[in-house]
Parts: sequence; structure tokens; C-alpha cells
Amino acid sequence: MEITLFDLESGKKATIKRLEGGEEFRKKLASLNIRVGKTIRKITTEPLHGPVVIEIGNTEATIGMKMAKKIVVVPLETE
Amino acid sequence: MKILLMGNPNVGKSAIFSRLTGVDVMISNYPGTTIELKKGKMKLDDQMVEVIDVPGTYSLEPTSKAEEVAVNMLKEGDLVINVVDATNMERNLNLTLQLLERNIPVIAVLNFWDETRHLGIQIDIKKLETHLDIPVVPAVAVTGEGIKELVSRLHESKAHTNIHDEDSRWSEIGKIIKGVQKVTLKKHTFLENLEDLSIKPLTGIPITLLILALVFWTVRFTGENLIAYLFDPLFEFYLPMVTDLSNALGKSGVVHDILVGTLIEGKIDYIQSMGLLTTGLYVPLAMVLPYVFAFYLVLGILEDSGYLPRLATLIDAVLHKLGMHGLAIIPMLLGLGCNVPGALSTRILETRKQRFIAATLMAIAVPCMAQTAMVFILLGPYGIKGFGIYFITLFIVWLTLGFLLNKMLKGETPETFMEIPPYRVPYFGSLAKKLWMRMRSFLSEAVPFVLLGVLIINILYVFGIIEWISEAAAPVIVGILGLPKEAVASLIVGFLRKDVAVGMLLPLGLDMGQLIVASVVLTMYFPCVATFVVLFKELGARDLIKATAIMVVSTLLVGGVLNALL
Repeated sequence: MEITLFDLESGKKATIKRLEGGEEFRKKLASLNIRVGKTIRKITTEPLHGPVVIEIGNTEATIGMKMAKKIVVVPLETE
Repeated sequence: MKILLMGNPNVGKSAIFSRLTGVDVMISNYPGTTIELKKGKMKLDDQMVEVIDVPGTYSLEPTSKAEEVAVNMLKEGDLVINVVDATNMERNLNLTLQLLERNIPVIAVLNFWDETRHLGIQIDIKKLETHLDIPVVPAVAVTGEGIKELVSRLHESKAHTNIHDEDSRWSEIGKIIKGVQKVTLKKHTFLENLEDLSIKPLTGIPITLLILALVFWTVRFTGENLIAYLFDPLFEFYLPMVTDLSNALGKSGVVHDILVGTLIEGKIDYIQSMGLLTTGLYVPLAMVLPYVFAFYLVLGILEDSGYLPRLATLIDAVLHKLGMHGLAIIPMLLGLGCNVPGALSTRILETRKQRFIAATLMAIAVPCMAQTAMVFILLGPYGIKGFGIYFITLFIVWLTLGFLLNKMLKGETPETFMEIPPYRVPYFGSLAKKLWMRMRSFLSEAVPFVLLGVLIINILYVFGIIEWISEAAAPVIVGILGLPKEAVASLIVGFLRKDVAVGMLLPLGLDMGQLIVASVVLTMYFPCVATFVVLFKELGARDLIKATAIMVVSTLLVGGVLNALL
């Protein structure tokens, strides 16, 4: 099942499947090691169309809503 | 020889810089603390070499202006100390491998070495050295652990001209990580649980409100008690000396009035006398300094803990509606201390539009601690109602003006994308050092300006210039703002120092409404001269004129409305 990071439920882990953006978008995300094949954990979505917060490795990252909608992930089944 | 300190944001470059050169620099736990190149010198083999603290960059293919600065520095350097966050080695190595393509000698420092243990991360340093073919030194920058080894091994650093494209670089990193790092899962610690709790809106917003209340209360409590039990007694002790001086000078005359001031009912009044040796010292030292000290103590703890990027995330959506993003909370908070560092820190925002809005809003609606301290004293007798109206008015101005500016100004506000560092227990040594640096700059900047302000106001009175301006400005001051025309003297001093200006309102016998109007007007109408100079450098002449026009118009509007309401 493929969904966007924005739609992923808070607290769930998922693997990044696809980044729907250009070269610059990809590079920007790669700076925090957010790349295809990496596993992330979504922590929360902030209210009022706020950003999404994820955990990747030992870092947390704040990602704007529109960007989060361009990150396609596959949720991990059980934890 | 030039040594460059390079690495991702928030990996401790400045802490290492400070250790190497002995130069005091600001260190905080959020990405982007260092906004400009810092240079220092260190002794290496009986020779002085230059060390440069380069702002953090994730890559040598820059995606922002700050990163461009970092990359351009590379051409000038002779050696790179690559600071690597040992707890986030994978993404940090991306920059390391890029540096190893540039034919410049590199040595790597694995900072936060102490934290790897708590996180269950094991790194084989020897193997890592073999993989990268450069020396690798584990370190804990804030305590100085590993710095000696770093210095002694600088000459072992090696240049490489590896060739990689992006994909092969990442697969190389994957191989290295597999070979040198082992991670055993550890149970979540208290701080890690707090990280989640303070960023989820349901728990994060109450935590934020609690912290804000605690900050406000701590600053007031600490400030008030420092004044009552330390600074007022000190000035009581000093009083007989200035009284002797006053008597020796014959209790009046130009020299007496400039040094001691006017006697109020035959006595020296530290607030009203307006002499260089009375009010000129009492205002900055006994009224303002205690609050500034308390504020910077609390701010330092907030900065070093790692809370600020979380606050920025929580309120990101709101700040986007004002044309900025979450990180704009940092210039606002620094501005609450002093507008000068506040204006400088607008550089962490990427676009011109964001920087303009942040700088303008800060200059108009964020009172510095010197001013807030005086407002506490002025409106304190009226309790929460007095300064409550003052702060709420400024907050509404901040929101409304930001909303309007965002609608009116052209330009994009890019989406937020930032790293949130882990919570760290503030390290006492760097906390104390930062507090000292800030107090030192307060004393060296505030005291001379206060004295200058007091001197100028005395000269203007002597030559009758104040009366002349009062008459000319009366229609605005009396007509629109409902203040006595004598208040104009305070507005003139406000260009130099807002704290002295607020103090000058005391003898005018204003009622609560007038005091609030005057305090709000003094905050909004113009930044103090020190802030003005920095804004000129940061915004340029054209934008500064724009910002100033906005200030004047909104001051008259808000002052007029408040006058009608109160």
C-alpha cells in the first residue's frame, strides 16, 4: 500500500518509496538522509495545515505540508 | 595557514572553534546559530595559524545562500577539520566524502562521542580511519575531551581526489556504516519521551504555555529580587557620596545639573533627577541590568536545551500566515533581550520577504528587556491589568501587521524544512560563558548610551530646545495621543535609549491609560539608534525607509485608538 507521508498515521513507521519532485527537492531531503529506501517514523502533524514531524535515524525533522504530500511511503505492517 | 572548521549545522563547530582559539563565541542547540564567519588564531608548532568557523552546510552543492558562503570558503582554506555528529554519522559522512573529492587535507572529529553510548551506538574508529584514509578523532567539544588529540594529529590530515556521483557516494557511505557502526536498541530515555511529547500538538501546546508562564514568572521574580536585595542596597550605600558631591557643587548650576541632576524636594531622586552620576547609572545598573540578567539566564537554558526548534515547529503554521516560518521565533525571542542580536539573527530566514517581515515586526512590536524592565516598574503598580494591556496590544499589532505585510509584499515564503536536534542537558560552562558575553555587551553598549542620552537631554533643556520641539509636536502628542506635551522629551531620548525614555515618563504624573499609551508609542515609533544601524546594514536603505514609514503610521494609529479606548 502506497500513501503519502502526509496521510501516514502518527506513530507509524514506513519506508520511503518515491519522491515526487525534481532534483532540488531530492537533494534537499537527502541532506537529512531522507532518501528512497530509508525507514522513518512519523511523529505528528501540526494543526492549521502545519508541517509533519518525522524521526529519521537519530534526528527529527520538520517537513512542510506540501513537501510531505510529495513523499510516497509504504507503511511497515506490524511493530 | 588557514584551517577551516566545516560540518553539518549544529554539530558543534563553534564549540571546537572556541576550544582551539580561546575566542568566545555563542553556542546554542539549534541549527544556524553561527550566522557569519568567525575567525581566530591558534598556536601550532610555534606558529600562529588562522582558524575559521564556517557556518554549517549539508553539502558542497549549495542549496541556500548560507551554504554558498561555506563552499566559497573552501577555496581559501589550507586544511579542513570536518566536524561529524557521531550520533548521525550516515548523513554527516555525505559532506565528508564530498570534502575528500576536493584535494584539500581533511581530518575528521567525531563530536558528541559521549552520546553514542547512551544511544547504543558503537563506532570502530580504527576501521573508519582505514575506510576514509584520514585521521578520525572522537571528541566531546563542550568539555574539551579529544581537543588535544585533534591538535596533535592535525599534521596527519590527508587530501584525496576521489571521484563519486551522488548515487555512488551514498552506496559508499552505506558500505562504511555497515563496516564500522553497530547499533543496539536501547530503551527510550526520559528526554527522548519528552521530545515526542513536546512536539505533538495535544501535549506540546500546554507544555509551551507552561514554559512561557514559567519564563515570564522567573524573569520578573529574579529581576525584582535582585533589585530589592542587591542593587537598591548598593545604591543606598552610594547615595551619601553623590549627596556630598551635590553639596560641594552648591546644589545647583549647570555642572551640578549635568552630573547630579535636579534635586527633587531638596533630595537626589535616582529616577527623576536626570544627572549622569545618578539617573545615568541607576537606570542601566539597578533597574535594567537585573532583568536583563534574568532574561538571558532563562534564554540560554532554552537555547541550549534544544527546545526552540520544537517551538518553531509548533507555531510554524501561524508564522506562515504572517509570511515567515517557524524559525522566525528565534529573532523574536532574541529581540526580547535586545533588538540588535534579534535583527542580526533574521539571517537564518532564507528569503528577502521573510527577513523584511521578521525585522520590521521585531523592531515595531518586540520590546527589548531594557524597555520591558522599565515598563514593569512603570505599570507594575496597576498589576496585571497595566502591563497586560501593554503586551496584548503589542501582540495584536505583531499579528495584524504580519498578516497585512504577508498579503501586500511580493515574494515566496518557502516551506519549512529543518532539523530538530535532540534535547540536551545544558552544559553549565557554556551557559555561564554565554550569559557573561551577553552581560558584557549589555554593559558596554547600554551604559554609554544611557549616559549619552542623559547628557543630551540636559543640554537640550539648557538651550530651551525641548520646549521649542514640545510646542511644535503638541498637535500630535496632545491631540492624537492624549499625552502632555512634556512627554516629547521622552520620545527624543527614546531614539537613543528606550529605558531612560520610559523612566522619564514617571515624573509627568500620568494616569494608567496615558502610561500605557506612552509605553506602547515608545516601543513602536522607532527602534533605538543601535538597532537602526543594524537594520540599515541588514535591510539596506530602501527597505529601512519602508519599515520606518510603517512604524510611524502604525504608531499613530495604535496610539490614537488606545487613547480613545483607555
